[in-house]
Amino acid sequence: MKNRIQETFNDLQAKGEKALIPYIMAGDPSLEVTESLVLTLAEAGADVIELGVPFSDPIADGPVIQQAAERALKSGTTLKKILSTVRSLRTKTNVPLIFMAYYNTILTMGLKNFCEQAVSAGVDGVIVPDVPPEESDELCQATKAAGGPVVIFLLAPTSTPPRRKDVIQRTHGFIYYVSLTGITGAQLPDLTQVKKNVQTIQKMGKKPVAVGFGIATPEQAHNVAQFADGVIIGSALVRNIAEHHQDPDFLSNIKATTENLKAALR
Amino acid sequence: MPTYPNQRGRFGQFGGMYVPETLMPAIHELDLIYQKIKRDKTFQLEFQTCLKNFVGRPTPLYFAERLTKTLGGAKIYLKREDLCHTGAHKINNTVGQALLTRRMKKKRVIAETGAGQHGVAVATVAAMFGLEAEIYMGTEDMERQSLNVFRMRLLGSKVTGVNAGSRTLKDAISEAMRDWTTNVATTHYLLGSVLGAHPYPMMIRDFQSVIGREARKQILAAEGRLPHCLVACVGGGSNSIGLFYPFVKDTKVKMVGVEAGGLGIESGKHAARFSGGKPGVLHGTMTYLLQDKDGQVNPTHSVSAGLDYPAVGPEHSFYHDTERIHYTSATDQEALAAFDLLSQTEGIIPALESAHAVAEVVKLAPTMKKNQILIMNLSGRGDKDVQQIAEMRGIPL
Repeated sequence: MKNRIQETFNDLQAKGEKALIPYIMAGDPSLEVTESLVLTLAEAGADVIELGVPFSDPIADGPVIQQAAERALKSGTTLKKILSTVRSLRTKTNVPLIFMAYYNTILTMGLKNFCEQAVSAGVDGVIVPDVPPEESDELCQATKAAGGPVVIFLLAPTSTPPRRKDVIQRTHGFIYYVSLTGITGAQLPDLTQVKKNVQTIQKMGKKPVAVGFGIATPEQAHNVAQFADGVIIGSALVRNIAEHHQDPDFLSNIKATTENLKAALR
Repeated sequence: MPTYPNQRGRFGQFGGMYVPETLMPAIHELDLIYQKIKRDKTFQLEFQTCLKNFVGRPTPLYFAERLTKTLGGAKIYLKREDLCHTGAHKINNTVGQALLTRRMKKKRVIAETGAGQHGVAVATVAAMFGLEAEIYMGTEDMERQSLNVFRMRLLGSKVTGVNAGSRTLKDAISEAMRDWTTNVATTHYLLGSVLGAHPYPMMIRDFQSVIGREARKQILAAEGRLPHCLVACVGGGSNSIGLFYPFVKDTKVKMVGVEAGGLGIESGKHAARFSGGKPGVLHGTMTYLLQDKDGQVNPTHSVSAGLDYPAVGPEHSFYHDTERIHYTSATDQEALAAFDLLSQTEGIIPALESAHAVAEVVKLAPTMKKNQILIMNLSGRGDKDVQQIAEMRGIPL
C-alpha cells in the first residue's frame, strides 16, 4: 500500500533531509484557524502534519495539550467537523495529514465509518495513543478494509525488544519514538540513550523513525535529526498558538518559526 | 462455566489493556507477578495474616433486626465492612497491593481517590509498609472530603489536588496515570477499584472477594442456607464485586448493584452508567461509559464523591449484559433518607456511598417474604460525611 507518508519519507531520504512533523490541536482556537495553520505550516516546510482530535480525558498528554483540547471542545470541535476541515484542505494542499485521536472518539463514530470517511477526506495516518499493539487488531482490520489511514504505533524507552519487533512489523508509515518516559510537554532528556534506541529500531526494521515529546527549539530538532528520520514538535507549537493566535502577525510568525525548524533539519 | 477474565483481560467484549505504550511493559510485568503470587502460598499467608491482624477481619455479618422489622419484609443482614481498619472495604485491596509493591521492590506508590476512603487506605498501608505515597484528588472532592485529606496527610502521604476537567475522581485517575507514565520504573499505581487496564479489575476483585467468601460462610453458619439476594452500591464497583463474586455461580442468588442516581436519571445529573451510558474506552478499559454522541466523557453528579465516576468496572458491564446482576440506582435524596434511617434504627452511620445500597434495601426488602434473606454490603462508615451533611442541612458545627 503506497501512501503519502511513505512517499514523503522516501523523497526526504533521497534529498538527505529529515522530516519536520508539527502537531496542532484541531479546533484550537477554531477550525478556521486550524485550516490556515495547516496551510501556513505546509508552506513553511512542514513535511507531515499531525492534527490532534480533542478528547475530554487525554491521559498521555501534559497540561499544554490538555488545555488545548479543552479549548477545542469549547469551540464545538468534533471529529466529524475535523474531517470536513480535511476535505476542504485537500483542495489546497497535498501535505500528509495524520490524526492523533484517543480511541473513544473514533470508536464512537464506528471504526468502519471512521476509516472510510478518513480515506475519502484524505487523512493519511492515525495515531491512537491508548491503543497498544495488543488491542489494535480491530482498528487495523478496519483500516485495511477501507484502504487507509495507516496506523502509526508508538515505541517508548520502556518498550522491550519483542515489542519493538512487533511494532516494526505492523508499521506502514513511520514509527513514532517517544523520547522520554513520560507525557507530552516534558523536558527533553539527554540524547545519548534516545540515539541508541532509535538506531537500534532503525537497524531492526529499515522503517523511518520520528522522535517526539520534549522537542521545542530548532537546536533540539537539529540534534535529534542527527540520528532520527523525523522530528515531531507538539507542545511548544501548541503553546505558541495559545499565546499568540490573536496577534496581527500570528501566521507570519508561525511561518518564520516553522522555517527555522525546517532549516535545522536540512 | 468459563472463568473471567480471559488471558487478555476480557470479560466478554469488556476490559482489555488500553494504555499508552510507555505503560504496557509495566502492565505485563504486573500481570505476570500477580499470576505468580496468586498461587504463592507464602504471599497468600502474608495477605491473610495482614487482613486478620491489621484490618481486623473477619468483619461481622450482622442481623439488622430493627431495620428488618421497620421494613417488614426480608431478613436483612449487613456485611460490616465499615468495621475494617480505616472504616471501609478499601483497605482489603490496599493491603494486597502493598504486599505486591514490596515483592516488586518498588518504593513509591501513587493512587487516586474520590471520597478519600481509598486515599486513606493507601496512606495507611504506605505508613505500615514504609512506602512513599502520593495521592491525587480532584479539588472539588478535596473540599467536600476535607477530613479525609487531613487524615492522609497525618499518615505521612502527599495529597496533590487536581484542577483539570471536572475536578473529581475521573480527573484524579487521569493525573495518577500521567504520574505513573512518568515514574513507572520506581512507582506502583495502587488503583482503588475494579477499573483500569488488565490485570487491575481481576486483581482487585480477587483481593476484595474476601468479603463474599466470609459472608457466604457466615450466612451458612447463621441460617444454614444461601441468601436470596445481595445488594451493594457500585461506583467503580469493588465492594460490590467483592461481595458478589463468590456467589456468581450460585444462580439462585439474586444480585443488585446500586448506582448513583444523583438528581434523578431524567435530570441527566447522575452517575448511573447502566441508565444512559454505552460501551466505550476510558482509563485503560472498555466498559459502560457516560458519554456524549461524539464520545466525550460526560460530567457526572452524585452527593457521594465515591460514586461520582463516569465509567464502571468492566466485569460489571459483562454481568449487566449477561443479566447475571441487576443494576438500579438511588437518588441523592433517597440515599440521604436511607442514611438517616440506618443511623436511627441500627445505630450505624453509613458512608453516603453505602447509603445508596441502604436506599435499595428500603425499596426491595418489603417486596420480599419474611423468610427470605437479604445481605447488604455496608461498605464504609459515615463519619467522613457528617460534616458535609451538616452543611447541606445548614447546621453549623
